[in-house]
Amino acid sequence: MSLLELKNVYKIYGELHALDDVSLKVEKGEWVSIMGPSGSGKSTMMNIIGCMDKPTKGEVLLDGVDISKESARNLTSIRRDKIGLIFQQFHLVNYLTAVENVMLAQYYHSLPDEKEALEALERVGLADRAKHLPSQLSGGEQQRVCVARALINYPEIILADEPTGNLDEANEEIVVDLFHKLHDEGTTLIVVTHDPEVAEVAQRTLVLRSGRLAKEVVNENFTGKIRFDNGNPIK
Amino acid sequence: MSKRRMFVKMITASLMRRRSRMIVALLSIAIGATILSGLISIYYDVPRQMGAEFRNYGANMIFTANDGSFTAADMNRGAADIDEENIVGIAPYRYENVRIHERPIVAAGTDPEGAKAASPYWNVEGEWFKNNGEILVGKNVAESFRIKVGDLLEVSYTPGAKSDDKEADSEATSQEDEVVLDNTAYLNVVGILDTGGSEEDYVYMTLADLETLTETSGRIDVAELSISATADELSSYADKINSTVPAIHASLVKRVTASEATVLTKLQALVLLVTIVVLALTMICVATTMTAVVAERRKEIGLRKAIGASDKSIIQEFMGESMLLGLLGGILGSVLGYVFAQEVSSSVFGSSISFRPLLVPVTILVSIAVTGISSLMPIRSATDVDPALVLKGE
Repeated sequence: MSLLELKNVYKIYGELHALDDVSLKVEKGEWVSIMGPSGSGKSTMMNIIGCMDKPTKGEVLLDGVDISKESARNLTSIRRDKIGLIFQQFHLVNYLTAVENVMLAQYYHSLPDEKEALEALERVGLADRAKHLPSQLSGGEQQRVCVARALINYPEIILADEPTGNLDEANEEIVVDLFHKLHDEGTTLIVVTHDPEVAEVAQRTLVLRSGRLAKEVVNENFTGKIRFDNGNPIK
Repeated sequence: MSKRRMFVKMITASLMRRRSRMIVALLSIAIGATILSGLISIYYDVPRQMGAEFRNYGANMIFTANDGSFTAADMNRGAADIDEENIVGIAPYRYENVRIHERPIVAAGTDPEGAKAASPYWNVEGEWFKNNGEILVGKNVAESFRIKVGDLLEVSYTPGAKSDDKEADSEATSQEDEVVLDNTAYLNVVGILDTGGSEEDYVYMTLADLETLTETSGRIDVAELSISATADELSSYADKINSTVPAIHASLVKRVTASEATVLTKLQALVLLVTIVVLALTMICVATTMTAVVAERRKEIGLRKAIGASDKSIIQEFMGESMLLGLLGGILGSVLGYVFAQEVSSSVFGSSISFRPLLVPVTILVSIAVTGISSLMPIRSATDVDPALVLKGE
């Protein structure tokens, strides 16, 4: 059973088909990139996978549970337990220190544990910045706090939305390295990005166009095969 | 770390590390709490303050004898039934017919200090009498005899006149009674009394002088009391005295007590009305501030929801923050409120206000409640924030 499976998912706003019959599978431990131009439905897909929105039609199976039928309340608890989110804008609470921001995710999930939160910051190389406020951290550092916060509750999937969109090259590398580390540890990663360089380090890249899955590229380092082109599988 | 500790840490951090933002909210609550606690202080102090003002209108309780006359001991027993701190002045009066320049005049013997305290509106040209040997002459008396301040006045009294019964007895038995000599006292005129009332027809001396002159002591005809108390308290004092001291009949000077009660009721109603208006304005102000706080923090709320906060947690956190603000505002307000009340009291009534310890917890609780209630609506709207908001890049 796949960790995540979308079956003929539609998201329709009036005339607009933000997602138009999208089907895909993500296996446990996989690293998948989602690419596409603005308005291609990336955000809509992120929202649906991230349990923040429901499809108009179709099934979304997360760990075998169809989350498209769940109530908002249940979606919150699924999101809390199974998904770690990383944002382009970092979205740290500006009046909490780095370690407190990490503990915030623990607070909503179970119990805040400062030691564990500090360990998570250590993993992203920020042990010495733990007591700093976001305003005292660089963009790259803030994003690493965001990564530490996303992985603190051992989620099934880490969902990253343009994680390097606001970072310079050096910090981009650090974050991508972190993804490698997480992947090596067996974490499932879904990364939405504009940046081909970031996308192509993943095992697979899915390309969305006008709400449809247009292309699926498998990283050469893994298999090097293009399996889909314009939505048609390539044999 | 426990959830509670993290919760406390979050809400304190939110207030402490966003000081410039929260100071506006805190100020609005503190100002509301200040005016609230100040006005409540004044509300409860008005009767005392106004009571003191009203005491300028003279006595509000009179002791008369139930049977002929009463003694100073009876008067003191009656006065003992009144809370000592409420007694502004007690003036015992004994009236006797004396003669000045061979004409009969009513002389009153009293306690100079007590009379002054009980009748502060008496206007004296010259000085108030203080000691034995001094006399205060009513304006009419002074005019008829051309008496001036500084004169030595001869006051005489015929002892036989003091008791009709005795006179009747002695008339039949003794001829000597007819040659009884007058008692005479020479008293310094220290002041001319101008009251606009019947007091101008009398002369006032110390009770001791009058007793020496008449050679009888211990008798009091009437006592005037000036008591700082509400109409209800006065009635209860009077009832108590009437039941415990049989020689005395205590009655209220209705003209004074009734007008006092009317003015007080109106004044208190006014203060209460202002308090309610201030409370309403504070609520509006807090609600507006909290609405702005929620609007400004939509992204943060979205983020919290995105990382798994339930609506309940969001409400708890914002409620916790607003109640903490209420607590701080209440503490600040109860301190400033006391200062405010003190200012008002000293500029309006010219006296200081008493500190009411109970007002501190009351102000704090009301402040927390008002902040909580007025934050309800804005906080409820916080839960409507869509967590997907935070994913929309820019």
